[in-house]
Amino acid sequence: MSDWRDDIFTVLQDHDIKQVYHVPDAGHSRLIEACQTSNSIRTLALTTEEEGVALAAGAWLGGQRSVLLMQSSGVGNTINLMGLTKTLRFPFLTLITMRGDYGEFNSWQYPMGQGTPKVLEAMGVLLYSVDKAEEVKATVDAATRSAFNGGQAVAVLLRQKLIGIKNFGKK
Amino acid sequence: MSKPTLQRRPLVKKILEGADDNLLVLAGLGSANWDITNAGDRPLNMPLWGAMGATVAMGLGLALAQPTKRVLVITGDGDMLMGMGSLATVATQQPDNLAICVLDNEKFGETGNQATHTSPRNNGPTESGAGTDFSLIARGCGIADSGIVRDQSEVAQLVKDLRTKAGPVFRVVKVMVEKLDFVMPPQDGAHLKDRFRQALLGRP
Repeated sequence: MSDWRDDIFTVLQDHDIKQVYHVPDAGHSRLIEACQTSNSIRTLALTTEEEGVALAAGAWLGGQRSVLLMQSSGVGNTINLMGLTKTLRFPFLTLITMRGDYGEFNSWQYPMGQGTPKVLEAMGVLLYSVDKAEEVKATVDAATRSAFNGGQAVAVLLRQKLIGIKNFGKK
Repeated sequence: MSKPTLQRRPLVKKILEGADDNLLVLAGLGSANWDITNAGDRPLNMPLWGAMGATVAMGLGLALAQPTKRVLVITGDGDMLMGMGSLATVATQQPDNLAICVLDNEKFGETGNQATHTSPRNNGPTESGAGTDFSLIARGCGIADSGIVRDQSEVAQLVKDLRTKAGPVFRVVKVMVEKLDFVMPPQDGAHLKDRFRQALLGRP
């Protein structure tokens, strides 16, 4: 079976995603590198996650599909601009690697990690969640369809159980 | 520094004169929105009524999606202050079709003309800022072609640079504080987006 991060890359390519926005992220790093070396995808590093929502709106105005890759710790930065997906009514897709979730060791990650589904729901973002590697491809594919065929703002939560517990060398 | 003398409305009219299908215009919320609408509402204008701080990043997404069109972002100093990091993101991409024009009146116009950070320092208890200079910030972010315009004699060159010069082009224009009529475009964001895409792509 292929690696779930490679599966996401395949889905993004299959759905003609042209712009990929990210901040540095260990969970997404393999996917980001695949996008950076792709000829069909432009990859942009952001200074803050909220730029990704504005970029996605601009890309859609210009006829291109995009995706925002971020950690749950960055979701709070985007909440105000998430409203743009409702006022402009444009398709929006974000893939979120969760922290402060399953077995997290860093107490600083919990507030935003635990708040992530609630604040996204409050802004009317449709949530998908996945914690099994074998379900990643189908879930991201469905989320992408909800976004670009169904015209929704959609977030996929890639749960910490899937990504693995970061322990900085501790047992 | 002497007080600004340039007036934003005739200036923006000049910048947008003869706008055709190759010019895509995004305006930041508040005065810049009213300014581009005063110059003549058109489907390929995307005037924002909110989303403060998002204008430059939105312009970048559009410029990358439409590399053969000219994308012009017109916004104010308050909006630019809220999205300064996006200048560094623009610099990482160096889009040659993107121009950014910040109309800097050193005030938060929509909330009652409070001083922004671009106001001079030591300018009294309520009017002081930090003398923040966006042209230096943009250059420091990696947008080499960055400058500041203060005088009517520089306007013709400004218009040329914003409309045709290989980008990314960044210009701050110091403009007067004025009390002007609201000239409002349609407010419905979905409608503004759909008419823009219809005109650009032939589908909403």
